[in-house]
Amino acid sequence: MYKYNDFDTAFITERNRQFRAQVERRLSGALTEDEFKPLRLMNGVYLQLHAYMLRVAIPYGTLNSHQMHKLADIADRWDQGYGHFTTRQNIQFNWPKLGDIPDILDALAEVEMHAIQTSGNTIRNVTADHFAGAAADEIADPRPVAELIRQWSTDHPEFQFLPRKFKIAVTGSPNDRAVTKAHDIGLRMIERDGEAGFEVIVGGGLGRTPMVGKVLRDFLPQADLLPYLEATVSVWNILGRRDNKYKSRIKITVHENGIEEIQRLTEARFAEIRPLFSGVDQEMLAEIKGHFAAPSFATRDTDAFDRAYDTDPVFRSWADTNLSEHRAEGYAIAQISVKAHGQTPGDASSEQMRVMADIAREFGHDELRISHEQNVVLPHVHKSDLPDIHARLKTHGLATANIGKISDIIACPGMDYCALATARSIPIAQEIATRFDDLKLEHEIGDLKIKISGCINACGHHHVGHIGILGLDRAGVETYQITLGGDHTETAAIGTRTGPGFGEHEIVPAIERLVEAYLKLRDSKEETFLQTYTRLGMAPFKVALYGEDTRIKAA
Amino acid sequence: MPKAFTPKVITANHLAEGDVVYLTSGDEWTRDLSQADLLTDEAIAEARLVEASTQHHLVVGVYLADMKAGENGPEPVHFREEFRRRGPSNYFHGKQAATA
Ligand code: HEM
Ligand code: SF4
Repeated sequence: MYKYNDFDTAFITERNRQFRAQVERRLSGALTEDEFKPLRLMNGVYLQLHAYMLRVAIPYGTLNSHQMHKLADIADRWDQGYGHFTTRQNIQFNWPKLGDIPDILDALAEVEMHAIQTSGNTIRNVTADHFAGAAADEIADPRPVAELIRQWSTDHPEFQFLPRKFKIAVTGSPNDRAVTKAHDIGLRMIERDGEAGFEVIVGGGLGRTPMVGKVLRDFLPQADLLPYLEATVSVWNILGRRDNKYKSRIKITVHENGIEEIQRLTEARFAEIRPLFSGVDQEMLAEIKGHFAAPSFATRDTDAFDRAYDTDPVFRSWADTNLSEHRAEGYAIAQISVKAHGQTPGDASSEQMRVMADIAREFGHDELRISHEQNVVLPHVHKSDLPDIHARLKTHGLATANIGKISDIIACPGMDYCALATARSIPIAQEIATRFDDLKLEHEIGDLKIKISGCINACGHHHVGHIGILGLDRAGVETYQITLGGDHTETAAIGTRTGPGFGEHEIVPAIERLVEAYLKLRDSKEETFLQTYTRLGMAPFKVALYGEDTRIKAA
Repeated sequence: MPKAFTPKVITANHLAEGDVVYLTSGDEWTRDLSQADLLTDEAIAEARLVEASTQHHLVVGVYLADMKAGENGPEPVHFREEFRRRGPSNYFHGKQAATA
């Protein structure tokens, strides 16, 4: 894992000192909210419906046990005993007092964490594949590159007042687990003729105007990365629409100017600034790579795993659902679902955080990851330890076997917390999970992604859910609109609206009708919901939702 | 005919705590909606809003929220204000816990 050097430590300490003084001036009334707001947003502090919220970066989703313990301590000391993991590999504390936030930031600094650029119109926390360094299908670990980008973008003087927020994601695998095509810039690490480089994707994004990213450069040599990113962001910094918040993201700039024009401008700017990069960045990258050396994997037999797998059906179900293939022999990647049926997706109690931290320390090379799907990952565990790990998880409500299934729902905070929301998301997620658990249909249904947002900003990624749910306010009533056919992977697609929305009490039965239709329509157990939808299109699902009438009207 | 004015209360978040507060008839901030001053006259509501908005050393994000008169003082007409006075629905946190 990356270790701070003296420069990093001094930088964070100074930043925290400045923010402490800003908070003091705000509380004394010396600063107005208009003056203070840009300052707090530079440090991850939002004001939500019921309280302040602090968003802390988990760079490229990687944590060690020490850091996870600190998050648990913060939750107990200054919050309500839990934290919320988000789709952008951050953790949010929902109840801090403004006057306590400087202390929280100091506590975070003790474990090399911070909240810088987790909000505001800057380059945000750089996200990466949560299986980085572990996945069997990986070409290269994306985290050193993500760390390099973090260092380059943090406090970058040219990019502190961008037209809008700017989000970058990196993947080192052909199977895209980092949703790169829904980011302002998505980087896919590839190789061409033995040379390492990137495919650069630009202009993806969800929100009011969802767009799948387009290829800006099909092969960018590794050493050109920072000047090329700098060129791209500076082209947008000049062209980006500051007159209209809804048109300010780079996706709109690309859309309005055309990808060819953006390409031309980026290449021209790149040619200008490339000579200014002397290679220091590549020396830094080499050093950073050293921090991410793979753990020394043990060679052991997997008898304990095999025995438990053969004799314990609960363990077997968990193993089949929550484990993924590791690149080292005898190892697995284990996902810990923080979405027990009926729980708030992405929330972990301080006790659960400590259990996960201790398991990582004892069995997992001291590493944890936060996935964009709001779960926790043990990236390197030996199979022979999994029965013990599973038993420990079970006693703390952390052994739910639902990764990738209907109850593994992404949900934004919605109107239970968020000041921008038009409806609630969390109770809908809770009800869907509980309902399908009662029906005992989850494993029969197989892989299915439901994603829920409480307003058009789409923090819950509903556009790329196989089933997307968007909460709206229709004449003072919470109303939920359904989209179908979204895809968040390398074959990214934006879902299509089914038709009129459903009320708070109608939405879960509507989802049930969709799933029943799928179970009837699929040509085999192997055909997933998304595949059935792709094969048959919207029509039979519309009938399931609205009855036969709509088919006659639509025809 | 001019549209009938929907009664309102002045509301905001407390600067230090961040929680929801309402303005009383005595120009104090209260955490209890039933204590809030229900404003039924548009001109007075606007004038009081301007006045309340200057109190940036006490509160953040002052605005007028639609309410109706209830048995126990003002009551929300929209679900957003209902959640603001109660707290989140997934945990017993926020106002509902404070008043329990
Ligand atoms: C409650 C505090 C939050 C606020 C005020 C907020 C606000 C916003 C806004 C305004 C946007 C749209 C930006 C734009 O289109 O320019 C947005 C996008 C987004 N938010 Fe949030 N959000 C919040 C919480 C979250 C949480 C909890 C998550 C993760 C679960 C999240 C993940 C995202 C993502 C992934 C996007 C990107 C969608 C896109 O590509 O436009 N946000 N957020
Ligand atoms: S999608 Fe809307 S409601 Fe949900 S967190 Fe984002 S801004 Fe809030």
